[in-house]
Amino acid sequence: MSTATEVLHPSFDKQGTTSDTDRLKAAVSSFLTDFGTTTAVHLEACVHCGLCAQACHFHLATGDAKYTPILKLEPLRRAYQREASAFSPWLKKMGWYKEPSIEDLERWQELVYDSCNMCGRCTVACPMGIDIAELVRDTRHGMYKAGLLPERMALMDRTAQQWNSTATPGEDLPDILAEVSKEHGVEIPCDLASADILVTAAPAELGEHTKAMADAAKILNSSGVRWTMHQEGFDASNIGFNNGDIALQEKLTRALIDTAVKIGAHTVLLPECGHAYGAARWEAAKWYGKALPVRVIHMTEFLDEMLANGKIKVNKTKHTATFHDPCQIVRRGGLEAAARRVISALGLELVELENHGTTGFCCGGGGGVVSNQRATPLRYKVFALKQAQVEATGTQHFVTSCGQCRITLEMGAKNANWDKHVDSLLEMVADNLIQN
Amino acid sequence: MTLLDFARGPALYLSLFIFVLGTGWRLLHLWRRPRMPDLSPAREGMPSNAVAARKAIVRGMWPRQEFGQAALVTTYNGYIFHIGLAVVFLGYAPHIAFIQRITWLSWPALPDVVMYFAAAATILSLLFALYWRLTDAVLQRISNSNDWITWTVTFLPMITGMAVINESSAITVAREQVIYPTPLAIHLLSLELLLIWFPFGKLMHAILFAFSRGTTGIRFNHRGVEL
Repeated sequence: MSTATEVLHPSFDKQGTTSDTDRLKAAVSSFLTDFGTTTAVHLEACVHCGLCAQACHFHLATGDAKYTPILKLEPLRRAYQREASAFSPWLKKMGWYKEPSIEDLERWQELVYDSCNMCGRCTVACPMGIDIAELVRDTRHGMYKAGLLPERMALMDRTAQQWNSTATPGEDLPDILAEVSKEHGVEIPCDLASADILVTAAPAELGEHTKAMADAAKILNSSGVRWTMHQEGFDASNIGFNNGDIALQEKLTRALIDTAVKIGAHTVLLPECGHAYGAARWEAAKWYGKALPVRVIHMTEFLDEMLANGKIKVNKTKHTATFHDPCQIVRRGGLEAAARRVISALGLELVELENHGTTGFCCGGGGGVVSNQRATPLRYKVFALKQAQVEATGTQHFVTSCGQCRITLEMGAKNANWDKHVDSLLEMVADNLIQN
Repeated sequence: MTLLDFARGPALYLSLFIFVLGTGWRLLHLWRRPRMPDLSPAREGMPSNAVAARKAIVRGMWPRQEFGQAALVTTYNGYIFHIGLAVVFLGYAPHIAFIQRITWLSWPALPDVVMYFAAAATILSLLFALYWRLTDAVLQRISNSNDWITWTVTFLPMITGMAVINESSAITVAREQVIYPTPLAIHLLSLELLLIWFPFGKLMHAILFAFSRGTTGIRFNHRGVEL
């Protein structure tokens, strides 16, 4: 069987000097390790109805059918049908499923990395309940093994392999935090021998979003908890999760959990970062090999809990706001209500976007797309969908709880000459904090 | 052996054999794939896995408004031919007599007028599904031989069935002899073709939909997401 699968305007990057035959072998062998029961059921259940296209912002923004989410899985599906399905020995003999070729993988790089945020909106739309986002991640595992990553993402991968962070080596963390501390006038403990909470950061918080880092410190200090950051485990963003680099994902995950155990922390607090939540909250135990000895929570959960138990108090504003639901935190993370409780505690009158909660549109930057520079024009097209929905609310504030979403939305706004500021939920809490 | 004897005998039993064995093998194969337990702590306060799976299976039966007009067209057209096929297969008196002959199970038939309406609606709906697949840019891009074969083996029993209707079902059932043996044999053979194809193609979604929706329902429920 063959699907009409030609992808227009192919563009791809390649890493390493391995032969094409070995690249292909590595990809297919990686695909094969991912074919568990759920993956197999999902690959077999598709009825080719095309409804996933109606959910994908890349398809909606461009009208191009090549962005149909299920099409993005074609190399994975073909490898499954040929090598691992119930009838694969016969199908192979009859030549019904062609093995994916190296050219197929090269062409698919654009579909798997540039035009998929793994946001899972297609998963919600699929009448068969196929978790397409998860299958795209499985496809990325094979693409990584084949050395077929967009170069910008490969560069970040190499950096993180060396530094355990895409932002900075661990030994520079104390100096960076000292700078942030000085700039914002807030104490940021680093490398304490023991603490209850290990606080982690997203790369942007050590660069352009230092206010978020300082604001987290302000709230943590105010709530009276024993916390620290630590140079052995501080970057929660986990580029391995996005790239499909399983070994790196495990290494970065272990750095956080092992550091938390070392200092006796009972909680790892994740920053306002969607993929950090996806990687650590739901997948860390897989790499740790057993149930985690520590609790992993997102900043939104922390704020929600601190407000609920009265550890922190905030001034109520009388403003209106709309909220962008980060995919990994809400649709794939379950924190829809927590974010809204924090918004309510701030006294904000929430006007929901036309699409919100589990069916909200992704910012367009998730899954590493924001870092993948060559996808920028496509990302800007997607941004227009969000811009229109935000404008329709007419609210004073446009709030979100993911730093990567903020960066994506800020870049989109700048490109569209749209003078809307994107607020961080964390920063809004900090700005309205009643100091103890 | 006449063609009808063949269709009612060896062809029927062979197709049923392939249908049962093939479907069972495909399900067993899926069941035997490795499974990795989710070791992350589940979100507190969510329903059990069984409830989550059941809810996801039921929720998947109607479309979400958020996904636009095309989703509604595809879904409602899908309702028409799925319900139509079930009504025609299970409600038409000669079909019930046929099922009774091989399983001893029987139930009251629906009136002929309902059958004619259901058959007409199903045929039109299947033709529309074909038109949509041929003309919609997304469907053009993702369709493959599985789709074309599946559509054909689903449509053939409808058309060949219409060719054998020439009197009320009560008279047909009461007859001791078949008056159009060849068209009836072709109708039966077309059904047998569908049974043979079932385990190999996407007709399996009739069973897999429950597992597919259920597993995603459990995954999302674990995370505290209501689908």
